[in-house]
Amino acid sequence: MNLALRDIRHKLGRFLLTCAGLGLLLGVALAMVGIYRGVVDEALSLARALQADLWVVEGGTRGPFAEASRIGGDTREAVARVAGVTAAGSVTFQNVEARAAGTATASSAGAVLNEAGRQRVGALLRIQVVGHEPDRPGGPPAIAEGRGISRGRLEMVLDRSAGQPVGAMVEMGGLRFRVVGLTARAVSSGGDPLGWITLRDAQDLQFRLNAPAARRAAAGGNAGTPQDTVNAVIARLSPHADAEAVAEQVRRWKHLGAMTAAAQEEVLTRSVVERARRQLGMFTGVLLLVSGVIVALIVYMLTMDKLREIATLKLIGAPDRTIIALVLQQALLLGGASFALATVLILSAKDVFPRRVLLGPEDIAAVAGVVLVICLLASVLGVRAALRIDPAKALG
Amino acid sequence: MGEPLVELRGIAKGFGSGEARVQALSDIELTVEAGEVVGLRGPSGSGKSTLLNVVACILEPDAGLLRLAGETVWEGRWARGDLRALRREKIGFIFQFHNLLPFLNAIDNVALAMTLGGTPLAEARVRARALLDHLQVGKRAVAMPAKLSGGEAQRVAIARALANSPRIILADEPTAALDSERAQVVMELLRGIARDQRAAVLVVTHDDKIFGSFDRLVNLRDGRIEGETRPRMAAGAQ
Repeated sequence: MNLALRDIRHKLGRFLLTCAGLGLLLGVALAMVGIYRGVVDEALSLARALQADLWVVEGGTRGPFAEASRIGGDTREAVARVAGVTAAGSVTFQNVEARAAGTATASSAGAVLNEAGRQRVGALLRIQVVGHEPDRPGGPPAIAEGRGISRGRLEMVLDRSAGQPVGAMVEMGGLRFRVVGLTARAVSSGGDPLGWITLRDAQDLQFRLNAPAARRAAAGGNAGTPQDTVNAVIARLSPHADAEAVAEQVRRWKHLGAMTAAAQEEVLTRSVVERARRQLGMFTGVLLLVSGVIVALIVYMLTMDKLREIATLKLIGAPDRTIIALVLQQALLLGGASFALATVLILSAKDVFPRRVLLGPEDIAAVAGVVLVICLLASVLGVRAALRIDPAKALG
Repeated sequence: MGEPLVELRGIAKGFGSGEARVQALSDIELTVEAGEVVGLRGPSGSGKSTLLNVVACILEPDAGLLRLAGETVWEGRWARGDLRALRREKIGFIFQFHNLLPFLNAIDNVALAMTLGGTPLAEARVRARALLDHLQVGKRAVAMPAKLSGGEAQRVAIARALANSPRIILADEPTAALDSERAQVVMELLRGIARDQRAAVLVVTHDDKIFGSFDRLVNLRDGRIEGETRPRMAAGAQ
């Protein structure tokens, strides 16, 4: 006869209500774990999307994400000639505040919905723009919808998270780009959608002066900033090449630095998102601690609520293991039901979060393990209280 | 002379120390024999509850000898390590407010007491049903305690006390929450148990309407036995 289950069934409403409350709390803890994973994944998303084996950046920097890096546009040819390099491509990165400008056929500004009904015309979009050379390393990963950029200018491949359909027009720095293809889940370390345009468009976008500024520069004898500057060169290596050896070879040019893909990922996780990572990690820890205290209090209250029943059980000869099982099983059932609720809740709602919530089976299993430990520890308080109950209380 | 099932020889129990020490029981000599129903009465603070707790093996005496069903249970120290097993085997308890577990129905409240002793649940339920039928509450076997009347709940509680066929029944104010008629019914049941099962029944009570049901009524005052009467003998009962 399982006393814990029978007691729960007797007060089912109260148990479910308690589970709902605890489930919400554990749901927040689970969401924090997902956000933590999401931040790390997003931080690596850009570097991984570009499928670089080697990052060639400005000498003495850890660019292009952790620090600014500027190198000449002709660096790519030099890198491509290094032994072990099979392909190289120049890339630029810049954060742009763009404006949705409708579709190619309905581009008038105003608050009208486009054909897809997903994006308001005139809405502001924050995009991390990657300038690249089509058909060279640095382009978008798999195209989920539409096509890649051909050599034509003013075309753009955008991530779906920007909410723009294929055919939409996006206005950036006075230039209007047509979205020709969409990627899935390609975002910057800040969670902004990535957009790929040609290197030339990107350089234009970055260095082109507006008309009054251009006139002033010309009057001052400064016809313009040299535009053939890139932030990095991405190199792909042959399968047999030693990435670190190739990097060392590139570093011999004193004005260049080189990082392997692994080193770049290390920089991204240890430098770019380190504080956010630690903040989220600590907050998750605090939430789990609070959950533990709350479970302990609930189990203690459930035990104290049964003071007379436990005293009676002891008086009629129930062994300690019966009493311990009653408390422990209730704590585990409470934790299990609450965790199940929390998991269903977060898995259903994770796509509503503005930034990626990434929860794999191993994360869910790990949190389940933590909840199990919390329930076991929390029930110690209840078990201790139950074992201290004087059987004489049943008589008084 | 019947077989003595409860024997207290020179039992003493005090609480606290120094000037604050209270002597709850002093030199208690009491025997309850098989088939006997003995009442224990006295004013508040006279030591009735302490005496019941000592016999129930939940309070350790300071001095004396305690024997239950022929086994020396305490003589300077507890003779057994597992007092709960001793209670389970030898003693049935009946409480003032029945103390049925509110989350188990009537039959499982009775069956639980048997399963604690190792009886398989299915067998325990069959025996529990027979006990409930015997106490005329078989029809309420699947009712939850909250749905039982006071008299029904007390009968279920008596069935639970009898679950493991104990030789000793300890009852703490079993009729205090019942009206006169139901109180008499409960006392008749206890008398029947004492007679049929050759059990010793010790009842702590304030309830003067049931005083006439006892073979002996022991008066306690200030932790000492002041004397005893034999109400049924006086009333000429058989």
